[in-house]
Amino acid sequence: MTNDFVIETKNLSRLYGKFIAVDNLNLQIAEGEIFGLLGPNGAGKTTSILMIMGLSEPTSGTVRVCGYNPAREPIKVKRVAGYLPEKVGFYDDLTARENLEYTGRLNGFQDKVIAAKITEVLEKVGLSSVSDQLVGKYSHGMKQRLGIADVMIKSPKIAVFDEPTSGIDPEGTEQVLSIIKDMAKQKVTVLISSHQLHQIQKICTQVGIFSKGKLVASGSVEKLGREAFRKGKFNIILPISQPTDKLLENIKSIDGVVDINCVHDATVITASEDVSKEVENAVASTTGLKVQMKVEEFELEKVYMEYFKES
Amino acid sequence: MTGFKEVFWKELADNFNSKRFIILFMLVYLAGIATIYIAAQNIRSSVGDSTDFVFLHLFIVSGSNIPFSFLLFLSIFIPIVGIALGFDAINSERTSGNLSRLLTQPLYRDDVINGKFLAGVVMLSILIISVVTLVAGLGLRMIGVPPEAEEVLRLFVFIFISILYGAFWMSLSILFSVLFRKTATSALASIAVWLFLFLFMTLIAGLIASSVIPVDQNSTVEEVASFDTLYRNISRISPSNLYGESVQAILLPQMGSTSPTMMMIGIYSGLNPAPLPLGQSLIIVWPQLVSLLAITAICFAVAYIRFMREEIRST
Repeated sequence: MTNDFVIETKNLSRLYGKFIAVDNLNLQIAEGEIFGLLGPNGAGKTTSILMIMGLSEPTSGTVRVCGYNPAREPIKVKRVAGYLPEKVGFYDDLTARENLEYTGRLNGFQDKVIAAKITEVLEKVGLSSVSDQLVGKYSHGMKQRLGIADVMIKSPKIAVFDEPTSGIDPEGTEQVLSIIKDMAKQKVTVLISSHQLHQIQKICTQVGIFSKGKLVASGSVEKLGREAFRKGKFNIILPISQPTDKLLENIKSIDGVVDINCVHDATVITASEDVSKEVENAVASTTGLKVQMKVEEFELEKVYMEYFKES
Repeated sequence: MTGFKEVFWKELADNFNSKRFIILFMLVYLAGIATIYIAAQNIRSSVGDSTDFVFLHLFIVSGSNIPFSFLLFLSIFIPIVGIALGFDAINSERTSGNLSRLLTQPLYRDDVINGKFLAGVVMLSILIISVVTLVAGLGLRMIGVPPEAEEVLRLFVFIFISILYGAFWMSLSILFSVLFRKTATSALASIAVWLFLFLFMTLIAGLIASSVIPVDQNSTVEEVASFDTLYRNISRISPSNLYGESVQAILLPQMGSTSPTMMMIGIYSGLNPAPLPLGQSLIIVWPQLVSLLAITAICFAVAYIRFMREEIRST
């Protein structure tokens, strides 16, 4: 079965008694995407992840992971998907290397392959120097990094991280984020749940905001910002403080432009779609200047707060 | 299959490396040696003139002032070992945060519980076979009478029943480890069930039986017999009684019934029981064995179903 989306849920719901943890979730994530799941505690992020990983059965609705149903074909899903739980744990009386060896063997890899992979992933997460220490002696942050190594060892097509950077120092966080970015470059689809909004903004191509079991918004941060603050309109900032009437005329005639405002050192063009290319051409043809256009960007933090102000 | 094999070997390796089992092994060996020493001291007085099955007597003879036979000792230690093998099988994986990681690897959920159970059975077998062999070897040196072929066969059956008995306690404690989140709770629950069934079940059975059929010195043989039947049937709720009855009939070939009372009545009425062949002894204990097997299977099945349907959360 071919499928455009690597992870797809249809009307997915999960009830605990009468409490609705996940309510009719429709999520579509394409290959190579880094999708950030946002939302307050108890909004249903982890429950959704559990259903995607086949650790919890949906009350209704379906999940497809690479075309497989996690409840019916768990092995096929688990072969392609790696998962880092929120509270990851390892066998304390084994070394980091032994723990990863066990994961490798459970995935059916040859011993030689496992050894090479372990060296590689421990290097990446910066744990090679302590690879033969018992995990029981590891700090929380080190365990978290080992958890990421544990996901990488199986060379997954999909990596699901629940709070991957919690408890890691700033330097380590940078490292983790760049590892995740690298994974996405190799066509790995990444799903991250996190409360660290600026980190999510840094790496995620798409985000979804959860509230009370519902996905209230999803898309790129820019799109969500436009929807939250500009009613879906684009604001293009033209760094010309006093445009000539002719220029204004020309810009107004571009399809989709709704409004033009002059603020103290720039001109803000409001449009129903991204018309920065056309504006650039208009400026060039009218004034002969080549200017750098900027589409207004949004802080994910503000966008997030805006969504929860409404609800 | 890879998943099952890997879990099995990992669990077995863990068992061998854990301090818990080093302590248990030492304890079991020491107690085994102590009981066989006592048995060898007292075997002459207890056997009497018949020297049939003298070797098997080693396992049931206790001291005159220390009422502690190898059999009694095993019936106490096997549940402890079984519980120690199973009480934290699933919930320790859960609290340590390993379970969600483990179950997102490409293996079936039942591989985890099956692998753990089988590794436990292997561990139990190693322990029981080694302690029985050790005791048999020491006994051989002490009394100097080699076992006959039938005695060896009976020892094998005895070992098998003991492993089955341990497997029951293990599957019960695995069930508790699935039901309870905390390892301390599941350990306590297992021990509580064991103490209740081991110590109080016979008491309760006696109370109920004597209130239904009161017996005293003037009771007829029929009354005593029906009292005994009722009493035995109630006490058979406890697996330790099932184990005790079946092992006794295997190690004492003269036992034509699983009830000592009935044996006494028989002896007083002038019957001199001849030793039964192994096949006949097996027929006597067959119901007990099947019951033990059934309750083991039930406990394991309930644990299995609960575990398969459970949601695995890391927190």
